[in-house]
Amino acid sequence: MAKKSNSSELKVSKIKEGTVIDHVDAGMALIVLEMLGITGREGTVATLSMNVVSKKTGRKDIVKIENRFLEYNEINQIALISPNATINEIKNFTVVKKFDVQLPEVIVGFPKCINPRCITNAREPQVQTYYVKSVDPLKIRCKYCNTNMDKNDVVKQLTKYSGITK
Amino acid sequence: MSRKSFLGKSIVSIKDLTREDLDIIFEEADKMEQIIKSNKKPLDGKILAALFMEPSTRTRLSFEAAMHHLGGSVITVSDPKSSSAVKGESLSDTIRTVENYCDIIAIRHPLEGSARLAAEFSRVPILNGGSGAEEHPTQALLDLYTLLKELKTVEGKSIAMVGDLKYGRTIHSLAYILSKYNAVKLYFVSPPSLRIKAEIKNDLKEAGIEFHEVESLSEVIPLVDAIYMTRIQKERFPQEAEYEKVKDAYVLTKELLTFAKGPIPVLHPLPRVNEISYDVDDTKHAVYFKQMYNGVLVRMALLNLILGGEVK
Repeated sequence: MAKKSNSSELKVSKIKEGTVIDHVDAGMALIVLEMLGITGREGTVATLSMNVVSKKTGRKDIVKIENRFLEYNEINQIALISPNATINEIKNFTVVKKFDVQLPEVIVGFPKCINPRCITNAREPQVQTYYVKSVDPLKIRCKYCNTNMDKNDVVKQLTKYSGITK
Repeated sequence: MSRKSFLGKSIVSIKDLTREDLDIIFEEADKMEQIIKSNKKPLDGKILAALFMEPSTRTRLSFEAAMHHLGGSVITVSDPKSSSAVKGESLSDTIRTVENYCDIIAIRHPLEGSARLAAEFSRVPILNGGSGAEEHPTQALLDLYTLLKELKTVEGKSIAMVGDLKYGRTIHSLAYILSKYNAVKLYFVSPPSLRIKAEIKNDLKEAGIEFHEVESLSEVIPLVDAIYMTRIQKERFPQEAEYEKVKDAYVLTKELLTFAKGPIPVLHPLPRVNEISYDVDDTKHAVYFKQMYNGVLVRMALLNLILGGEVK
């Protein structure tokens, strides 16, 4: 059911159960879906808004996914490429939980290090670990090989896309 | 900080060491010549495993000699082709096996971050003998020890670092270690394609170290108190043609050194190809072979401190 609003506001249709990721960085919605492993072919019901107006940031994307709640590591992944995103958990048409994503100081488990000579890219049991050197612009440093990655590098490593800017 | 704080410690990166740590290591190194001359065996009964998965002469032999001088023994893998690495064994498995045979492991491995991973899995201390193009902390320690012996201090001194600054791990470790001293000025001399990496420059800026990037070696010689030469490493270039373009760019000769402030020390981690011409070897500038002897003293110091050898 569409929310009643005047014509200059965004129309947001409510979902019964699921997650709304608001304030995704403009242009990142498709990458968020890819990071969450959502292609549509598995039957997930999802809605995207891309480059819509945002009072906070000028432009934003929104991702709504029905019947899915995000794991902690998935939220951290989103924080890597959209540090200002907000997660809304919806149950029975009501927002039961709402919180901002927060990039931790140390990222564990992803993405793959961009340095092909890093030991973490060899077949070893340890997990990738990165120190967050700056949030915006994003800069993370591999604990093992000290290589820095910016947002473009992170997007490239998290998804099959070749990055958002040339 | 005391000698005891080194017991059981791994040396993975220069960044893990404080200025106080450096003072303790060098003070210990000063005592090692006396150990060599005497019959003392502070590490009798201890075993060093030298796990060298990349070619090495100096570092491996230096570690082995250091352990023998201290009365300990050595077991070695010097050829990766002879080890289970060719069967696809992971480094973590190799470490968890070898730690059962020894009290300490010195490791050289082609991948970056390898020593840090080894230290996380190992129950015995790890000494990083070179991890890919990333770091070579014991080399930096012996380089600095040599500079301190030659110059008495590095504070307020200008040092030129020349050659392969991008892939040279000895450069990376030495730049970090010098950043722990005050008022050191660094001149990074290299062809544009081999400039020092941005991450290291940022770290140096954060540490407040003054540095300049220049292309001409002859320009900096009159300005500096010491020169650190490095080989332009063919194996680090993805394409041979790129290597051929730069290999002869920076050669230090006796004639060039006539423009120096005085008998300034010239260091090199070796092996050299042609970057220091043989006519420098007989001059007062040539410190590179003395550097290698200092390497034994510094490695003895580390082994003794970490394994708790007595020094009376």
